[in-house]
Amino acid sequence: MADVLKRVPVREQDAKVRATNFEEVCYGYNKEEAMEEAGRCLNCKNAKCIQGCPVSINIPAFVSKVKEGDIEGAYEVIGESSALPAICGRVCPQESQCESKCIRGIKGDPVSIGKLERFVADYALENDIKPKKAEKTNGHKVAVIGSGPSGLTCAGDLAKLGYEVTVFEALHELGGVLVYGIPEFRLPKQKVVKKEIEKVKELGVKFETNVVIGKSTTIDQLMEEEDFEAVFIGSGAGLPMFMGIPGETANGVFSANEYLTRSNLMKAFDDSYDTPIAAGNKVAVVGGGNVAMDAARTALRLGAEVHIVYRRSEAELPARVEEVHHAKEEGVIFDLLTNPKEILVDENGWVKGMKVVKMELGEPDASGRRRPVEIPDSEYEIELDTVIMSLGTSPNPLIASTTKGLETNRRKCIVAEEENGQTSKACVFAGGDAVTGAATVILAMGAGKAGAKGIHELLSNK
Amino acid sequence: MYKILKAEKLADKIYLMDVEAPRVAKHCQPGQFIIVKMDEKGERIPLTICDYDRDAGTITIVFQEVGASTVKMAELKEGDSFCDFTGPLGCPSEFVEEDIESLKNKKMLFVAGGVGAAPVYPQVKWLKEHGIDADVIVGAKTKDMLILEKEMEAVAGNYYPCTDDGTYGHAGMVTTKIEKLVEEGKKYDVCVAIGPMIMMKFTCLLTKKLEIPTIVSMNPIMVDGTGMCGACRVIVGGEVKFACVDGPEFDGHLVDFDNAMKRQQMYKTAEGRAMLKLQEGDTHHGGCGNCGGDN
Repeated sequence: MADVLKRVPVREQDAKVRATNFEEVCYGYNKEEAMEEAGRCLNCKNAKCIQGCPVSINIPAFVSKVKEGDIEGAYEVIGESSALPAICGRVCPQESQCESKCIRGIKGDPVSIGKLERFVADYALENDIKPKKAEKTNGHKVAVIGSGPSGLTCAGDLAKLGYEVTVFEALHELGGVLVYGIPEFRLPKQKVVKKEIEKVKELGVKFETNVVIGKSTTIDQLMEEEDFEAVFIGSGAGLPMFMGIPGETANGVFSANEYLTRSNLMKAFDDSYDTPIAAGNKVAVVGGGNVAMDAARTALRLGAEVHIVYRRSEAELPARVEEVHHAKEEGVIFDLLTNPKEILVDENGWVKGMKVVKMELGEPDASGRRRPVEIPDSEYEIELDTVIMSLGTSPNPLIASTTKGLETNRRKCIVAEEENGQTSKACVFAGGDAVTGAATVILAMGAGKAGAKGIHELLSNK
Repeated sequence: MYKILKAEKLADKIYLMDVEAPRVAKHCQPGQFIIVKMDEKGERIPLTICDYDRDAGTITIVFQEVGASTVKMAELKEGDSFCDFTGPLGCPSEFVEEDIESLKNKKMLFVAGGVGAAPVYPQVKWLKEHGIDADVIVGAKTKDMLILEKEMEAVAGNYYPCTDDGTYGHAGMVTTKIEKLVEEGKKYDVCVAIGPMIMMKFTCLLTKKLEIPTIVSMNPIMVDGTGMCGACRVIVGGEVKFACVDGPEFDGHLVDFDNAMKRQQMYKTAEGRAMLKLQEGDTHHGGCGNCGGDN
């Protein structure tokens, strides 16, 4: 009998092998492993894990279905709360959400809720189990802007309630950050994202790509000319930030957004696609978040020696522990407590290195983390040919600046109520990174659900 | 899918296409651009809008073969379709928002180089439709490379063609024509220069001397065209701007052209390898050791 305090280990691609390919890192559980792991769940009456889930999945209920081997039943339970379980099972920070509340975690490993969710969702994708559709439409038209996690969730929830939903996407591909931001090796595009979006389509949601709201048309025009009664804005936080240090416009300096978009959305890593990417031989990724890890691991797979340059220490890395662990395993080098001062440029305008300074941690700052301060006279130069800036993103002002009466805050985020997504403009709702600034997929999904609820309350009382 | 209703070769390596894109045609303004993607594996290519027909729902694009993707694009015929066509992107030309009466008191000079005639055309046409005659200089290497002549002549106040080799119109670069017009006593309040980076740079150096405020349209490397990637950064007045959302038009006297030209070189070798692969097709078996043709 296996040790009940330990979770059933999940199989992964060997670190040395996967550092050279774009195949998925984690293989996930098979049915036997999933049932064994589900057996560890104590099925708590007052289940804390549900409180830890931003979309309140009935976790003990789906886990008991898995335990019984009723995977289709488990999928139905998850489907009541989440439209994108195959995605969440892969990219949610479960360790700080549902799993952090698990009673099993007090003495041993918490139940692998994320891996179980992923198994159930993958089973549904492989066996083509369809989500439950509304019996008939209610005739109300709703527009959703952006096909990322918040938009897909909002659209899916409304379609289930019978609304006629159209999702407008600015890019040529559906999925938002799921396709342009998160790399293939963490979230397969064909096998998972595309299929998960197919399920939303099966609910009756219509999609229109290549429509940039604010340019191709506006929210006011959608409501006045195309008869949409309500609009949900899930346009994300797409604008990259730079440091403002000398040399940042040199050739070989990229935003993480550009680097990842080239590789993920445009598939530059695959030779049969036309978009080029400057792979680099020696790459520095500046920043310590999940996006920085994604960029670093992408550059590594394209054949470069990769350094993460981060101004605080390992304890403060904002990235998920699992991502940092995977990056290290694969050979990404961490230059911690190090901050760039200047990018050094050769006579042809290309990056040749970076001047950095050593840092130490001082007093805690507003975020509660200890503030990094420069160590005097500790500057040195590193040789590089590529620098990827991964310093966070802010919302695109395109929608706010073209929609009358839509209030934004100082950080250019759209102001919206947390419980129902209502903005300052009547019949317009918003959620996800466009409201909060860059956050996680699951928080955006939670906001998409709240928006759907708000829109339903508005239109069902009409 | 976005259907090509007309495909025409205007000059060596320069093509014109009318494309069905009703949303873009309904909302576009002079100065804006679109992004086109040929097929699933294609690049996103930013192109300026040359003309639009709001009723027919069509956009006219003009492009030059410069790399593997545009060479492939040139093979498309009437009846074919683009997989993706997005826009309008970027900000409209400033004058579109200006008061028409005060605009009528301004004397405007447009200077186009090569395919730059295409984005200049809708601006001059817009002005004509609003009762304003602007002077237009169009430069090309040689007579056969001059495009949109008839169209431009029909909407311009004065139309001045120039050829580098003197085969047609004024003999010499567009800058020598500007100098000549000013020497002859012409006064201009605003100049709009659109064309190759080097032509815009020298036009700006001249108009700065002549004290004519000048607007240029930047065409840097882009990926998404909606402000997301930052590939299109240009330095304007010491500040970093994104051409796709802050531009594409900027104060030419403030643009750092040397930096912009260096940035355009970024993918030159990758572009060259892609071109070689396209030209040599299956017969390409590497040898360059770089392009993966031997895989």
